[in-house]
Amino acid sequence: MAHRSKKTGRRHPLASLGLLVLGLVAAGGVSTVVGQVASADASSQAPTQLTADDGEQLFQANCASCHGVNAEGTPEGPSLIGVGAASVDFQVMTGRMPLAFSGPQGMARTPQFSQEQSDAMGEYIAALAPGPDVPSEEVLDTADANVANGGEIFRINCAMCHNVAGAGGALTEGKFAPDLHDIDAAHIYEAMLTGPQNMPVFNDDNISPEEKADIIAYLHFLDENPSVGGFDLGSLGPVSEGLFIWIFGLGGIVAITVWLTAKPN
Amino acid sequence: MTTTQSPNAAPASQAPQQRKTVTSWAANYLDERTSISGVTAYLGRKIFPDHWSFMLGEVALYSFVVILLSGTFLTFFFDPSMGHTTYEGSYVPLKGIEMSIAYASSLDISFDIRGGLLMRQVHHWAALLFVASIGLHMLRVFFTGAFRKPRELNWVIGFLLFILAMAEGFTGYSLPDDLLSGNGLAIINGMVKAIPLVGGWISYLLFGGMFPGVDVIPRLFVLHIMLLPAILIVLLGMHMVLLVLNKHTQFAGPGKTNENVVGVPIMPVFAAKAGGFFFLVFGVIMAIAATFTINPIWNYGPYDPSPVSAGTQPDWYIGFADGALRLAPGWETELFGLTFSWNILIPMAVLGLFIVLVMFYPFIEAWVTQDKREHHLADRPRNAPTRTAIGAAGVVFYAVMWAGASSDLIATHFHLNVFQVTWVLQALIFLGPIIAFWVTKRVALGLQKKDREILLHGFESGRIVRRPGGEYIEVHQGLDEYESWKLKAFESPEPAKVRPDERGRITTGTHVRAALSRWFFEDRIEPVTKAEVERASHH
Repeated sequence: MAHRSKKTGRRHPLASLGLLVLGLVAAGGVSTVVGQVASADASSQAPTQLTADDGEQLFQANCASCHGVNAEGTPEGPSLIGVGAASVDFQVMTGRMPLAFSGPQGMARTPQFSQEQSDAMGEYIAALAPGPDVPSEEVLDTADANVANGGEIFRINCAMCHNVAGAGGALTEGKFAPDLHDIDAAHIYEAMLTGPQNMPVFNDDNISPEEKADIIAYLHFLDENPSVGGFDLGSLGPVSEGLFIWIFGLGGIVAITVWLTAKPN
Repeated sequence: MTTTQSPNAAPASQAPQQRKTVTSWAANYLDERTSISGVTAYLGRKIFPDHWSFMLGEVALYSFVVILLSGTFLTFFFDPSMGHTTYEGSYVPLKGIEMSIAYASSLDISFDIRGGLLMRQVHHWAALLFVASIGLHMLRVFFTGAFRKPRELNWVIGFLLFILAMAEGFTGYSLPDDLLSGNGLAIINGMVKAIPLVGGWISYLLFGGMFPGVDVIPRLFVLHIMLLPAILIVLLGMHMVLLVLNKHTQFAGPGKTNENVVGVPIMPVFAAKAGGFFFLVFGVIMAIAATFTINPIWNYGPYDPSPVSAGTQPDWYIGFADGALRLAPGWETELFGLTFSWNILIPMAVLGLFIVLVMFYPFIEAWVTQDKREHHLADRPRNAPTRTAIGAAGVVFYAVMWAGASSDLIATHFHLNVFQVTWVLQALIFLGPIIAFWVTKRVALGLQKKDREILLHGFESGRIVRRPGGEYIEVHQGLDEYESWKLKAFESPEPAKVRPDERGRITTGTHVRAALSRWFFEDRIEPVTKAEVERASHH
């Protein structure tokens, strides 16, 4: 009896658990390998220069259902003729396009394409009609930009929607101006140039390329220099300060009063 | 303790009997010249009941002391001038920007004066805590009925202190002359200008000409550091004197009646405890100020009438007024060439009415209940269901307006449509108080019924016992003396009846009052009587 109670092998009580673990490891491993193969597939294309033709194919496969086979637009999506490569780079490389879901506005997420693929689509779109091009390295160079001037232009032109500290803000009907922390310089520039979604266009006559660089320098200054006063509570202004003092300030003090008047048991 | 040794005011004859210590000599010296021993003996015997909720007013007092200390530091370095200057301090993103001297000196306090930023943050956080603790203190006084005779006047004084604290806060918020404070002033300017006929003139008077002008910051500075604090301190003194004269309220208990106060005297126990508590409050404020940014004025830049930042809100205590403006529909009419901005006038009228109702609530309740007796026992909120329900309705009304002030942040943070947030809040400002009133009253009555049940039959102990006859019963456990006293000791007045006055007439006022009294008292649970307890204890 004692011998029989010691089940071994496939009759062991933990056998089914082991089997489950084995199955999960196998399935997970396969999916990881397949994923690696897929991403290797994407990166293997990197060295070879993609052309506007590749861009067109990518466009047809991923964008045409909403923007139309000739980028002429459909009821679901606007025409892309004349939006330029800058617009494509901003929308694709911040992950706003392709849309994750149709809502009040496209949300930023992990980009679905590599930079090369995005550039190829940009080339295709730029070939349809002239439009703003992606900014060059020298335009984006903020080495001798004027941070103070950038801050002033930002407060006058951008803070109404994006908040003075770039923390973002609400717009009408569920739309919003996004948080501007840790954004790539090229994307900030392209956003001003092309006015994506609800944002107005700030072309080079409104805000010159130098001033755009100043704004980028100011936003990056905010990223690199955390608030001197300590934790910034989201830089949201008096609302978060008020919530903090009620919950943690007064809450902590009420806890102290309860402690001070507690009677020993 | 040495100062309270001799109660009579002619200590010369007793001097030889006293031990000749330095303190007794000093006490004698003072007393012979000021006769102060009577006052100190009286004050030293002032009794403080030991309950946490009685310490909230102290928190307000201590944060006020912290505000005075840090504010004095700030006045050494702040220059309230609206003259122009170019910033040359150490904050790079504002270098070379033109601004007012007031804003430049606020930036200097933040970046170039040792300890300046910490003091600014201490001052501002302490101010937020000051108003918050006043608010909580007022709620405590309201919900325990501690505003009843003889303390109605002290309620009014306390409420004036609350208004003054908000005024102090708002003037302080405006002083740095950054974008945020300027936007706050722009809203005040708009509100003033909405007053028919005289609004424009009042605005000119306030700002010394067209908004924003060059006068308003120095004027607000004088209000902020001289006039308002002076009035505040005088009222605070009156508040404290009345607190001593009226004595504290206390919750009922064995030995705690309407005729006495049970607790510790100021000398020496409470003074020591309060001293320690002061440093705890101070410490909490310092810890918060040292770790959390408040009002980063350097982000906002100098005031300029054209830009407005997203997320522009007043400090929390003005939020309800901002929310009222946001929730009001955009109605305007033009009559006789004048524009009546109902979107501003209605919120102003509603807020004014709300403030007046809260301030005079003790008199309103006393008129309805016709209760002219002195009350020194604090009510448990459930034992005054209608008052508690009125309080809850008021809190919800205030909270909806408060939420209205942050409708944009609610929208972005919960991924909602900002219009829908506003519509929901607009509906809630009418429905919320009604729902809160009804729910609170039901809950309070339910709790009273439960108290009654427990008093008469005890707790269900969970212990099942089988009787010799085979019957199973759950043993109910009675309360001890202290617990049961808490549940028994309250009164539940009957609604007042319509009776003719001494001239035999029944006026409309009498009818109204009787109707209100019915509304106030008709749903009531009677306290258990002695006979009921005795009957219950027999079975």
